Amino acid sequence: MRPELFTQGTATAIEGPLLFLKRNVQARLNEAVEVRGQSGRPRLGRIAALDDESMVVEVLESTIGLGLRDVRVRFLGEPLHFALGPGLLGRVFNGVGQPSDGGPPVAAAKRMRIDGTPINPALRDLPSDFIETGISAIDLMNSLVRGQKLPLFSSGGLPHDRIASEIAENARLRGEGEQGFAIVFVGIGISHDTAEAFRHAMQDSGALAHTVMFLNLASEPSTQRLLTPRFALTAAEYLAAEEDRHVLVIMTDMTNYCEALREVSASHGEVPSRKGYPGYMYSDLASIYERAGCLHGAKGTITQLPILTMPAEDISHPIPDLTGYITEGQVVLDKGLDHKGIYPPINVLPSLSRLMDQGIGEGYSHKDHPALANQLFASYAKAIRVRVLASVVGRDGLTELDRQYIEFADRFERDLIRQAGRRTLEESMEFGWQLLRLLPKAELARLSDDQITRYVQSTSRSEPHA
Amino acid sequence: MSDAEIRWIGGPVLRARAKGSFRVGEAVEVGVRRLPGEVIRLKGEEFVAQVYEDTTGLRPGDPVRGTGGPLSIPLGPGLLGRIFDGLLRPLREADGGRDLERRITFRPLVKPGDVLTAGSAFGEMPGETIPQRCLLPPDLAGKVESVVDAGAHDSDAILCTIRSASDERREIGFFHRWPIREVRPARERLPSDEPMITGQRILDTLFPIARGGRAALPGGFGTGKTVLQETLAKWSDADVIIYVGCGERGNEMAEVLKEFPDLADPRTGRGLMERTVIIANTSNMPVAAREASIYTAVTVGEYFRDQGLHVALMADSTSRWAEALREVSGRVGELPGEAAYPAYLGSRLAEFYERAARVKTLSGGVGSLTIIGAVSPPAGDFSEPVTSHTKRCVRSFWGLDRERAQARFYPAIHPLQSYSEGAARFAAWWAARGNPDWVTHRDRILSLLESQADLERMARIVGKDALPPAQQFTLLCADLVNEALLRQSAFSPIDRYCSPERQIAMLKLVLHFIELAGAALDGGVSPQSIAELGVMRRLQRMGEEIGEDNLDRFSMLRAELESELAQLSKGTSDAP
Repeated sequence: MRPELFTQGTATAIEGPLLFLKRNVQARLNEAVEVRGQSGRPRLGRIAALDDESMVVEVLESTIGLGLRDVRVRFLGEPLHFALGPGLLGRVFNGVGQPSDGGPPVAAAKRMRIDGTPINPALRDLPSDFIETGISAIDLMNSLVRGQKLPLFSSGGLPHDRIASEIAENARLRGEGEQGFAIVFVGIGISHDTAEAFRHAMQDSGALAHTVMFLNLASEPSTQRLLTPRFALTAAEYLAAEEDRHVLVIMTDMTNYCEALREVSASHGEVPSRKGYPGYMYSDLASIYERAGCLHGAKGTITQLPILTMPAEDISHPIPDLTGYITEGQVVLDKGLDHKGIYPPINVLPSLSRLMDQGIGEGYSHKDHPALANQLFASYAKAIRVRVLASVVGRDGLTELDRQYIEFADRFERDLIRQAGRRTLEESMEFGWQLLRLLPKAELARLSDDQITRYVQSTSRSEPHA
Repeated sequence: MSDAEIRWIGGPVLRARAKGSFRVGEAVEVGVRRLPGEVIRLKGEEFVAQVYEDTTGLRPGDPVRGTGGPLSIPLGPGLLGRIFDGLLRPLREADGGRDLERRITFRPLVKPGDVLTAGSAFGEMPGETIPQRCLLPPDLAGKVESVVDAGAHDSDAILCTIRSASDERREIGFFHRWPIREVRPARERLPSDEPMITGQRILDTLFPIARGGRAALPGGFGTGKTVLQETLAKWSDADVIIYVGCGERGNEMAEVLKEFPDLADPRTGRGLMERTVIIANTSNMPVAAREASIYTAVTVGEYFRDQGLHVALMADSTSRWAEALREVSGRVGELPGEAAYPAYLGSRLAEFYERAARVKTLSGGVGSLTIIGAVSPPAGDFSEPVTSHTKRCVRSFWGLDRERAQARFYPAIHPLQSYSEGAARFAAWWAARGNPDWVTHRDRILSLLESQADLERMARIVGKDALPPAQQFTLLCADLVNEALLRQSAFSPIDRYCSPERQIAMLKLVLHFIELAGAALDGGVSPQSIAELGVMRRLQRMGEEIGEDNLDRFSMLRAELESELAQLSKGTSDAP
């Protein structure tokens, strides 16, 4: 490594999080720097742009208190790294990877670049291990598999945090114990309450012992939010690669991340695209989400469960829209269901799990699982159309069959979606078969004759499943 | 080979001061790591280049070296069955090492003294998974001076020497390089009047695509674009498939790599992977290479076309390519157009789709390149720039519908938003396959679906019960068309591929039912009793239940529906 470099008195401007310097040292693009003002407190930054005469430093903490004369910049000679080692689990870090639980720094066994390295697609293994979350709307209708990235699309006032912490507590592989399981919780621009609530939930369930938390609170500078998920995913990669763990990364709230991206992009003076978000937001989000997956020959995996709140409950807003194009499906929470008192308020129709077909069926979950889910989707979609019709013409204008569909929709939400405790997949499936008994056999075109005889017509007995 | 020095870097773009002459489109090597890049504009002493790798660690003062030639890729044997990045570099180490040691069987087709025209074949490679020919580069003609004997040769061996018209001696091996942004010439373009069968009923029967044609596949997220693209890559009637994962998910590439080797081509019985080339630039890979990957793919496609093969190129997704264009354009500081895309987006798209063609090749055969591009419109809005520009370039438009996808009705192609221009030109092809009435049948189905949409709007106001029996019957028939014909599961081992013969049998059966049931309705039978017929369920599930190897069961089903309907009519006329 080259000798330590620093510069003082070369600052020409400070605009928001950006610090403009005259270029008098051989710094490189993306190199990490330490910025010190009069107070001497180090602030982390990175070099965002370079030309012959000048360079731009993105300061990752507040620039308040920095002056042009006294600012001193030390160049670290490499991009931002995170030093990781054993003893990560149970710890709490701030948004830039510094311990914030009062404990000692983590013993550094390995230094890893926080941007990760793009995974070569030819080295990926296809995720196919079914994860049972205990929630029917997910397990039965939109199954999660290990190595998937499946976001929760929520909006203000909905219980997404509760769902996320329940999934973190309950998620298990069928027929396997808990060993080698770890959770990385990433709070991005969240309030202190949310962070505390999550910590308590994890503590009560005893899950805290295998959890690492990264907290960037709403009060902290927004430039840091851009780094928080990257530090956290680096820790997740360490746990997966070095400790062979199956890591579930919960990130909340990605909307805050995107807002920070917009803020920083605007201060760079970049040409904005939709709604003022930068044109590269897709690539930037992909550099986070694509860090989920399974690698050839590696034991550990990374599964992501990002949470985002849709601004104005608009699923076509750039944040959920671009996320949906990158992630492998989405779980959509619905205000209407929440108002009806249904928990979890998951609207299964706009929800989707793209990897479901790889993770369910014979040898993975249950042989008749795909057909059952398919039929429930078809019938519920039809029932919702009938419900819209009924809201216009009234119940009297409906045929007998339509009335059966309305009943089906009500029971589907009340019995299948709503649940109090965790359910096994078999229990969820049994609820599903029961619901289909409400409809005439001729309406069940997605089931085979054999499935109808075995599950739907045998109303007298509910048969135990293999 | 000129040199230059970096002055400014931002993301994938750099500005450099030239110490010699550089050309627009010239390939450059950037920095001490010699990252690949390309010059995109020149201004005085300075030029702007895009870099196809992560630029972290570069700094002003680092060298840039010109290569003297445009960005080009090596074309030759060993492409099939493998995965490459956007610049056609192998992504699997095992693949990378193979070529160096590999010996390739060569059989000459010419002898010394022969005079060859540009682009003609001088030998064969019978050992490849699909027999290929060794072609002269399309810009080289001349007299053969020497040619090696038949047998196995090293992949970098010189096979043939040519003395060109300008009396220049050129040595030719298995590979030749061709610039990715330049169209490979052909002798002439031929009309495309033959459909490319995809094995998907809704496409082949309602919205066919021609060999050498162009189709767009737009849809919001979660509407099944990728699954449909993969299905098309699996079952399309083509000799070679080029699959470009452009800015999409890494796991999708893993899926293709895992699934394809286990599947067999329904026509040849060979592994599907043996006819497939994958070009992957996933969303986390460098953004500038995403822009290049589309051109790399279409150049590889044209190379196989020039062998006299039928090639289908699936690009998923062209929106990511357009976004890469936008990102580079934004960094260079160009004036933004609509939705911040550069103003030349439309002409770039047109250039790309125009490379699809059915041609007479320079070596004398007939080959085709068909392009199917997925589009990912933000918020599923088809009026956005990429979709609307693409719409002007393609003749087949397969719009995906969110509502159908939410009911898990796949493929979720909306029959009223989609179209296929000039579909009537395929009538002769279908007639030769046993359906002379294909055009009438297709019109019948489309008008039925159109009236369904009208009636459903009306039912929303007056209630379904209030509709007259004839209209209730129309709704019933349209439902049947959707369930029995248009729905086709990509995951069902029986129904994922549907041969033209099976499509004809199913189409005829459904129309026969509609005709007979319509007659029964006129005879006084109620729509409800038709809906309750046992044969309805058999029709709805026939795609699942009757496979390619027992097509005779369609005639049994036909007899069954005739007898059930006859009985129904009889029961009605017997009653007073």
